[in-house]
Amino acid sequence: MRVVSYGQRAWLLQLGSATEVRSVDAALRLLRSEGGAPWDAIVDVVPAARTLLVTVASLAQTAALQSPLASLTDLPQHGTPEGANIEIPVTYDGPDLEAVARACGLDVDGVIARHTASAWTVAFGGFAPGFAYLAEGDPRLRVARRDQPRTTVPAGAVALADGYSAVYPRRSPGGWQLIGHTSATMWDATREQPALLQPGMRVSFRALA
Amino acid sequence: MSLHIIHTGPLATIQDLGRPGWMNVGVSPSGAADRESHRLANALLGNDAGAATIEVLIGGLELLATAAVWVALSGADCGAEVDGRAVDWAAPLALRPGQRLRLGLSVAGLRAYVAVSGGVAVEPVLGSRSWDTLAHIGPPPLRPGMVLPTGAGAIRPTVDAAPARRPSADALRVVAQPGPHMGWLASGLDGTRWVVSPDSDRVGVRLQGSAVVRNAAGMGAEMPSEPMVRGVIQLPASGQPVVFLADHPVTGGYPVVAVLDDASCDTIAQARPGQSITIDLPAVRR
Repeated sequence: MRVVSYGQRAWLLQLGSATEVRSVDAALRLLRSEGGAPWDAIVDVVPAARTLLVTVASLAQTAALQSPLASLTDLPQHGTPEGANIEIPVTYDGPDLEAVARACGLDVDGVIARHTASAWTVAFGGFAPGFAYLAEGDPRLRVARRDQPRTTVPAGAVALADGYSAVYPRRSPGGWQLIGHTSATMWDATREQPALLQPGMRVSFRALA
Repeated sequence: MSLHIIHTGPLATIQDLGRPGWMNVGVSPSGAADRESHRLANALLGNDAGAATIEVLIGGLELLATAAVWVALSGADCGAEVDGRAVDWAAPLALRPGQRLRLGLSVAGLRAYVAVSGGVAVEPVLGSRSWDTLAHIGPPPLRPGMVLPTGAGAIRPTVDAAPARRPSADALRVVAQPGPHMGWLASGLDGTRWVVSPDSDRVGVRLQGSAVVRNAAGMGAEMPSEPMVRGVIQLPASGQPVVFLADHPVTGGYPVVAVLDDASCDTIAQARPGQSITIDLPAVRR
């Protein structure tokens, strides 16, 4: 792991793999929940594909956090993500379902079976409030994005791209392959926790008839 | 106490110091684009630094006070009038019920801030009253006819004026630290004279100039999405830098070659399209 300067009030952790990102993210979540210096100075922890951002409020806190962050990988591993299990009911009727099946060398039922049997993990957020990149699904479900992104994808669309699955939290443009839809509310700013899915959570999909 | 909005100009939004802490679910901190000017306007009235102000793009805001209230203006000097009489910039102004405050159009700088005693007291969303133009979170932009509540418990101002850093119309200089992908550059970021593109907003400022060239290591390099912060200088394949401002996406796919210091984020938020700007990288100067 490398701890790289990222402006006056942030550090960027460059990690070797997506698994390592999730492990460091889980470790930081635990350390912050336990409280105490220097971890209580952290404002935002933002995992991404191979990197993880840590932000603080002041310049002094930036300096104080450098060596504790650098020694993070020496900490005992905290094992698998401790996050809650979320089940999302899905109607598999997406416009790209058949194209996805062809691209994966499966039939439609095979796509649904593998999508519902996978133990997905929320790797990171991004793109839009409440949008979560779900990793660790069945490797057969790896498909590319659409050549031509859609100008409008409806809220609740269940999608695949680049080895991830996701649910569009609200109507937006989008380039992922759409395989179904859910009525689950992925984002509600009036909830105590607006995002249904947060990094570290486990997610499974259940097929509706 | 409240303020009636008569005219808004091109874009007037409510802003405070933003909503940190939600980046991992896809929400940027947002907040005032020029935080120093936002803080100054609040300080003139004895408000907390985090009290919500009105961020006015270019100018053109007109509002009517329905009760006695103090206001203060900062940032881009638009030239302001109360009932047709010119008033001072960066000074507390007392508005009596029925008086109208009108902002002209700025000739230097891009964003003016209007603070009101007690702050703009609309309902916060995720702990902030900032409108995020990208995520569409927070109180929506002002429209004519809106009525803005103001906070109670305001303190009477004790200063007459403050030495304010007024945005400049001259060539700007900003200071940055090297970012994680600085090593991909063959040349050209430090000391190059850039021009601010009209295609700039609260999400980001696009710079135009002679393209920055990547070196052999950076030329073919692919980069998965990485987290972004306010002030990152990204380099798309075009070689024309993009600097993220308050409403940046939480992740991005272009290499970050440098990151602006806090004060420089405020400076560049006031840069007008066509204005020239240089980026100083003291840490890499030989």
